[in-house]
Amino acid sequence: MTEVDPLTPVLTKRWLSPKSWRLSVYEQLEGYTALRKALAGTPEQLVTLVKDSGLRGRGGAGFPAGVKWSFMPPNEDKPHYLVINADEGEPGTCKDIPLMMADPHSLIEGCVIASYAMRSHSCFIYVRGEALHCVRRMHSAVREAYQAGYLGQNILGSGFDLDITVHAGAGAYICGEETALLNSLEGLRGEPRLKPPFPAAAGLYAAPTTVNNVETIASVPYIVNGGSAWFRAMGREKSPGPKIFSLSGHVEQPGQYEAPMGSTLRELLALAGGMKGGIPLKFWTPGGSSTPLFTADHLDVPLDFEGAAEAGSMLGTTALQIFNETVSVPWAVMKWTQFYEHESCGKCTPCREGTYWLAKILERMVAGMGTPEDIDTMLDICDNIFGRSFCALGDGAVSPIQSGIKYFRDEFLALCQQNKSNAERRELAGAH
Amino acid sequence: MSIDVFGPDVVAEAQEIVARYPRSRSALLPMLHLVQSKEGHVSPAGIAFCADRLGLTTAEVDAVVTFYTMYKRNPCGEHLVSVCTNTLCAMLGGDSIYARLREFLGEDHAPNGHEETFGAPGTTGSITLEHVECLAACDLAPVLQVNYEFFDNQTVDGAVHLVDALRRGEKPDPDRGAPLTDFRDVSRQLAGFLDRLDSDVDGPSAATETVRGAALAAERGWTAPTMPDDAPLPVVPDKK
Repeated sequence: MTEVDPLTPVLTKRWLSPKSWRLSVYEQLEGYTALRKALAGTPEQLVTLVKDSGLRGRGGAGFPAGVKWSFMPPNEDKPHYLVINADEGEPGTCKDIPLMMADPHSLIEGCVIASYAMRSHSCFIYVRGEALHCVRRMHSAVREAYQAGYLGQNILGSGFDLDITVHAGAGAYICGEETALLNSLEGLRGEPRLKPPFPAAAGLYAAPTTVNNVETIASVPYIVNGGSAWFRAMGREKSPGPKIFSLSGHVEQPGQYEAPMGSTLRELLALAGGMKGGIPLKFWTPGGSSTPLFTADHLDVPLDFEGAAEAGSMLGTTALQIFNETVSVPWAVMKWTQFYEHESCGKCTPCREGTYWLAKILERMVAGMGTPEDIDTMLDICDNIFGRSFCALGDGAVSPIQSGIKYFRDEFLALCQQNKSNAERRELAGAH
Repeated sequence: MSIDVFGPDVVAEAQEIVARYPRSRSALLPMLHLVQSKEGHVSPAGIAFCADRLGLTTAEVDAVVTFYTMYKRNPCGEHLVSVCTNTLCAMLGGDSIYARLREFLGEDHAPNGHEETFGAPGTTGSITLEHVECLAACDLAPVLQVNYEFFDNQTVDGAVHLVDALRRGEKPDPDRGAPLTDFRDVSRQLAGFLDRLDSDVDGPSAATETVRGAALAAERGWTAPTMPDDAPLPVVPDKK
């Protein structure tokens, strides 16, 4: 295999072009060429192509996209739906919003191809409400695409029809969970559904539905044009392709860096000018706050789905939040836990109660009134949340706590030592 | 509860929203943004209006309203200022910015609370202040939003200047987004009524940070591997 460059702009290559969000610019830069090619093929060919490419979901879970598509029934007894999860909100994650703002037509082109492959004639793009400018860009691009015949009836004379509806959310992290998103899109509280049935069997309006992330679907036109071998020339065997890595925090040059899957933080940090002010790295998240923390010992972990998992974390959304030595781990863990407490939808008891009490304990601990037993109490609560919650929010909520204590137990203990000399202020575990 | 505050124009717009979806209840979230745009919050009348249009009970609508943070239960100011205090922004100054703005907007030196409003709601220069979770702009931390338009790489002093300007009735341009209007207007846009879309859409979106990787690659001549001239779609047995 030939050497691949350290950065491989595919999804981000148009971002430097003026008014890249406009259809005229998109068309000048190969836009909608993949759609013509796709519509000349069959749905089966497209599902096979995406399977062959090894494209895995970019929303965090990493499920093979082509396999997900193949779960959609071949018949059309009920309408089929494609729903785009554009509800970006995982702390640290900031890739889909810039993508939709800079290149909304790549998402739309991907939506048309994916809908054709899954025999869907109705697609919803669920955009996070707070991302108002994205909502504008998507509305405008959809309008342009209709006028140019890329959406609507008989697209490009192919006989294929597709409507896209842009839908703005209303502020709820949990709606990034696919079944909560479907409930929200149905006008309900954004509470997750029990699976099975999976959305491919009973999704939106109990009809066959596929929910895909923005970055996943925006990758599809390039795979159609370049082929699966081209896509696989980047990244690693089981996690091929380019990926937008979002570097934030204590780095000299934070930003969006599109590099092959399997790049390491050491490599990415070098591109981003290193640690801010030369202050050493202490801890970081590989893919948002729901992925267990890494430390300076993990600089050479290949950041793909397998590499991150083998090292004890998850790739998540490749949201690399970077913290230097000045930051207190218990404080950071407390802040994240307050987030999960706030965003827990309240449907299931382990998550609703667990995140509430975890936040209370951490707040007290950071205030210098913790006890060493609090550490065990927290780990016990984490055990009762992980794998026992309705959806992955609960699992994500325990990640910072378990990994924080695993790598930095001494820091939690030190906060409790402070309390020993302050015996009159000691409180019971969980008391508030 | 009288829903007469919503005239025939709102009824027509509510109908337009319903027409976007295969099932009417899907219209509820945008319709709540719409009633919020009329009153500056979701009032009991707004809830009754949505329930009436969609054939739901007010309890069913209320349950949805209370679930989502963007629906405000109390009348909001001309502007909604949202400061990210999630971990990464907090570390880089978000907590300090929020604390300072609370003091700055607090009356009689009593810090302003979450979702409290400075000034008479709806009047020029009135401001509702809130802390929010991750706004998905971590490379630009710390960030805040005014009416969901982005102000990036904020400082305590810069945020105070910004809020002071809002209080004087000025509308500074956001770093990313369209020119500022007010909370009611953006609520209308979130309902899908984008009256100035052709001009608003070109408001800036790409910060230096956004395009850093793309710019670095261009500078160094790095690219993705070249695509083959013609990559045929795979051959699969025809099931038809």
